[in-house]
Amino acid sequence: MLFFSYFKDLVGREVTVELKNDLAIRGTLHSVDQYLNIKLENTRVVDQEKYPHLLSVRNCFIRGSVVRYVQLPPEGVDIELLHDATRREARDG
Amino acid sequence: MSWASLEDIFLSTSLASYLDKKLLVLLRDGRKLLGILRSFDQFANAVLEGACERVIVGDLYCDIPLGLYVIRGENVVLIGELDLEREELPPHMTRVSAADIRRAQKAERDATDLKGSMRKRMEFLDLD
Repeated sequence: MLFFSYFKDLVGREVTVELKNDLAIRGTLHSVDQYLNIKLENTRVVDQEKYPHLLSVRNCFIRGSVVRYVQLPPEGVDIELLHDATRREARDG
Repeated sequence: MSWASLEDIFLSTSLASYLDKKLLVLLRDGRKLLGILRSFDQFANAVLEGACERVIVGDLYCDIPLGLYVIRGENVVLIGELDLEREELPPHMTRVSAADIRRAQKAERDATDLKGSMRKRMEFLDLD
């Protein structure tokens, strides 16, 4: 639940999602769910020429199981808050 | 599954907002399916009506009609909403027949295999 709550706080931010098939998509985080499925808006593919079929896709749903990384803007991360939440989760199980 | 309110549909990550829309579904095996979403569930299983597979080889493409498809969610990578006001593909791409695209796919596969076998033959040189 920790990362679900964390991503919920990041809704509205620009993120880049890198998938396990090496596709990288930049967009605004619209929503996230308990499986860490992600919905992005205003999407742009990072290497557009390599993926011509994604030209007109502006909103997408990404299955959580295929995400490798979610790249965040450094200003978007309050690392102390994350640290505290992690320690609390680890302590409370 | 309880019925979601309109707000829930707009703000949540469910596929409900994509119902009856023409979508692009990317699968784990690299296939691209297009179709209208008619049903889905919590595993991202999906039903696409009027589905077709868009095969792209270089600058050539072909849409192969498939009919009504049920997709198992574990194979889904991404579901994208196609913006109808934009071109689906870059203008330099040419549409060809199914036979032509299959030929192009085979040629691409043969070229990759050849590259792989040449690399294997050179491995003993230990150049890297």
